[in-house]
Amino acid sequence: MGHLAIKNLSKVYGDAGTTGNVVALRDVSFEVPNHQFCAILGHSGCGKTTLLNIAAGFEPPTTGSIAVDDVPVRVPGWQNTMIFQDYALFPWMDVSQNVGFGLEMKGLPSHKRQDITRHYVDLVGLAGFEDKFPHQLSGGMRQRVAIARALAVQPHLLLMDEPFAALDAQNRSFMQDELVRIWEREPKTVVLVTHSIDEAIKLSDCIAVMTRRPGRVKQFINVDLPRPRDEDNKSYLQLKRHLRALIHEEVEVQRR
Amino acid sequence: MAVLMPAPTTIARTAAGMVASGELFFHLAASLKREAAAFMVAATAIPLGIAMGWWRLVYNQVNPIMEILRPIPPLAWIPLSILWFGIGDAQNEFIIFLGMFFPILINTIVGVKNIDPNLVRAARSLGAPEHKLLSRIVLKGSLPQIITGVRIGLGVGWMALVAAELVGANSGLGFLINDARSMLRTDSIVVGMLTIGLVGLLIDTAIRVLGRRLLPWSLALSR
Repeated sequence: MGHLAIKNLSKVYGDAGTTGNVVALRDVSFEVPNHQFCAILGHSGCGKTTLLNIAAGFEPPTTGSIAVDDVPVRVPGWQNTMIFQDYALFPWMDVSQNVGFGLEMKGLPSHKRQDITRHYVDLVGLAGFEDKFPHQLSGGMRQRVAIARALAVQPHLLLMDEPFAALDAQNRSFMQDELVRIWEREPKTVVLVTHSIDEAIKLSDCIAVMTRRPGRVKQFINVDLPRPRDEDNKSYLQLKRHLRALIHEEVEVQRR
Repeated sequence: MAVLMPAPTTIARTAAGMVASGELFFHLAASLKREAAAFMVAATAIPLGIAMGWWRLVYNQVNPIMEILRPIPPLAWIPLSILWFGIGDAQNEFIIFLGMFFPILINTIVGVKNIDPNLVRAARSLGAPEHKLLSRIVLKGSLPQIITGVRIGLGVGWMALVAAELVGANSGLGFLINDARSMLRTDSIVVGMLTIGLVGLLIDTAIRVLGRRLLPWSLALSR
């Protein structure tokens, strides 16, 4: 469950054809097979967050479609859940209540909810912190709660909007490793938006490199390096150089 | 001079006498009862404020009426309210209600509008239907601001209460100080005024402490 198909997706803010409208996405198409990890790489303002918002059902596309297992995404829901950069944890709920929130919305009975919640709290390494509130946790721990909360509802598609951008460099690298570990234990189709080349290579099976606005897919790259990914590996460095050149081109175009 | 501004010792003596005779508590209880009754009705500002903050349509329909009524001071309603309700509890409570209603309403609206939009999106993305969104996210998220509104509302209501009792009551702290005036008992007036001030402070502190107890997660209330 979780084959993502994006077909001829465009998004225009304001009325098409009039002055002042903004074309955020133009004719984006790509597919992510079930249980693959895909990164969308691009500069800020390339429409990558717009793409994610449409995939989450927060915004409708102007033309084209996003479908998961041939079911078009129309409204937000647990099937295609999102993890936010600022974690978006409910401040009035403790860790268990946050993780269990989606299960409660699904209408699961209390004892089942407790079992599943415990499983995911353990999985993200937060056992012992069940009763803590978000304001008592560090940034990295808050993002763990957000990951557990999203995984607990068993989404078909997991969307992540620069989830580690607010963390310091060491924590970010550690959380990336953690995410891979969690994802390998509970495979999901993941779409992660990032502007970090290293993050994209470290995590993904495929990378969609976006152009500057209007956002299009500049290149779709499959990454078949063995995990865990070694940053000093020759192919890793080669891919990194290649991605850097692609991104650099976009900056150059923008400057002119 | 001693009549216009009594000595602290006289005030203390009078206060002790009024406590001992039960007079002070009788009037205080009457005032508190009105404040509480008015609050029960004014609390309708909370669901209305949530509806106005959440649905633009409701806001657009209701807000113009509120904006016209709001600047009218509660005291300006006293003449009309006496004709409506006569002299007594209902009229007093109506004036207090007017003082409480708008601060609670406006703070509730602001509270709803200031909820982090990502919290709402996160809840939707976890499958929350609209009614759960309202009860679990919107109401909870705006509670700190609602409590601030209640604090301000109870304060304004308390002030309006005394004014209402000056004119249209035969019990209560407002009545007490006005009654004392007619007998030139400035010492009783000052005791009444101090009681009004102290009890106002107590109510405010109680709500603040309660807010901090109930919403330990709120940074706004913990300050």
